[in-house]
Amino acid sequence: MTELIQLSLQQMRRGLLAGDFSSQELTRAYLERVERLEPHLNAFITLAPELALRQARAADERLAEIRRQGGEAPPLLGVPIAIKDVLAVRDLPCTAGSRILETFVPPYNATAVERVLEAGAVVLGKTNTDEFAMGSSTENSAYEVTRNPWNLERVPGGSSGGSAAAVAARMAPLALGTDTGGSVRQPAAFCGVTGLKPTYGRVSRFGLFAYASSLDTVGALARSAEEVAGIYNALHGHDRRDATSLKHPREEVVLKNEDLRGLRVGIVAEHFQHDLQPEVARALQVAVQQLETLGAKVLDVQLPHTRYAVPVYYIIAPAEASANLARYDGVRYGPRQPAETLPAVYARTRGKLFGREVKRRIMLGTFALSAGYQEAYYGKAQKVRRLIQQDFVRAFEKVDLIAAPVTPTTAFPIGAHRGDPLSMYLEDIFTLPANLAGLPAIAFPVGVDDQNLPVGMQLIAPALHEDRLLQAAHSYQQATSWHQRTPDPELL
Amino acid sequence: MRYNQAMSLSQQQVEHIAALARLELSAEELDRFRRQLAAILDHFQQLQSLEIPAEVLSADHPEEGMTLRPDELCPGLALDALMRNAPESERRQFKIPPVFE
Repeated sequence: MTELIQLSLQQMRRGLLAGDFSSQELTRAYLERVERLEPHLNAFITLAPELALRQARAADERLAEIRRQGGEAPPLLGVPIAIKDVLAVRDLPCTAGSRILETFVPPYNATAVERVLEAGAVVLGKTNTDEFAMGSSTENSAYEVTRNPWNLERVPGGSSGGSAAAVAARMAPLALGTDTGGSVRQPAAFCGVTGLKPTYGRVSRFGLFAYASSLDTVGALARSAEEVAGIYNALHGHDRRDATSLKHPREEVVLKNEDLRGLRVGIVAEHFQHDLQPEVARALQVAVQQLETLGAKVLDVQLPHTRYAVPVYYIIAPAEASANLARYDGVRYGPRQPAETLPAVYARTRGKLFGREVKRRIMLGTFALSAGYQEAYYGKAQKVRRLIQQDFVRAFEKVDLIAAPVTPTTAFPIGAHRGDPLSMYLEDIFTLPANLAGLPAIAFPVGVDDQNLPVGMQLIAPALHEDRLLQAAHSYQQATSWHQRTPDPELL
Repeated sequence: MRYNQAMSLSQQQVEHIAALARLELSAEELDRFRRQLAAILDHFQQLQSLEIPAEVLSADHPEEGMTLRPDELCPGLALDALMRNAPESERRQFKIPPVFE
């Protein structure tokens, strides 16, 4: 059954509809793969084999009915998917990577989960994440350290590290992630897969455990842009249960086999003067040339204020987190640390059950919002955020897309940033601007470094132009094969 | 606020922030966060040197206002399902230590 796990979404769909194999066979092939690789990779926090097989059985019944009587099959019918453990799946534990939710079982589905289920997908389990999605390596999970399938001593990136590692190692063909400051794109780059962060508000966050509400988005990971488009088509669209959900009508993305003639791609000279690992810079230059070969016109653009993205993000996101995470107080859900008084219950539960990074960001955010400092930090950061947004508006008067690095380096060793949070924050410099400006962006593999670790590239589009991003990445992938590389089978 | 000098936080300031954030922290944690937050805030000083034109609006004022959804009754979550997650409950209510003597 190894060959089943190599099929793309489109190939799975054809095979399922033709009756070449069943959803139960497909699901079992993935569950077997997970069982074999999970001890080495720790990509999942919760596995759901019973739920998956139950859903696969239902999908098979529906497929049989469609074969008998005709009718349209929903787009993900019978196809397995992994869900990041910050999105609620009814009756499955949802920990957000935190001890403070160790015992929490949501009685509802997140809208994003509901939508992939309506599209017929089969849930394999919940993937590992940095606690409350705060981190760039998945090392901040309270449960386990996920390993990069390309090199088990390296991080998979974060915070959707479990989802990216699962897709890279073919433990799941598709996965949901979330992206607040790069948490889909950075692990996609580190693990050599394709990851989309949609426009802010395009995909409902109902049922996503909030980290930073003005930045949080739900995104998708798979091997190719074509497969990511399949997930995105199921996910996006207005939801009345999320007040920030855009009313903009749904637009089905249909990818074409075409080149990039007429597309204007902007690059920022400063990005290449930044301290990039030499192989990352080289791979990006080759990738940009490839876009030109495909007919795109490459132009220089300026994003002068994006160099302030790290301080702006690390003031605004922790400030919002300090408010959002106030709800975890040991009263309504999760375990409680007993104490004599109610305030002591709050403080002890939070002090004992939140991990280091979460406490650090709550402290940072509380400081940035505290009397005497709010205007200097939070107020100033919000103004610079506006300048970053305006930089993009100006750049997109000249170009259709911006090509940029995802990360300064390839996947770093586990423990590389231990004890030095600022050095880890600085690694986020290339992914943060799209979040601060609310723009859609996609990351996909465009090369390798001298240790065979994947290098990713990022494309950023104006708001609501996910179709343009997915088409450009698809055209690139039609002409290249980086996205088809799989980690060394000897290792796995 | 004074700018353009290395940021330092006193022990007392860090204890105050932890109290505001409702976090019970050990002495070791307080000391670690004091040093780390000072280093992070130091890095953030670069924002202070950036001159911003007076007409620039803060990004937390959305250009298109947010809309409220209609105030209609709709089904919510079942109480029993919600209470199953409570660390302590009694008669379908969350139980906490006494607030008043």
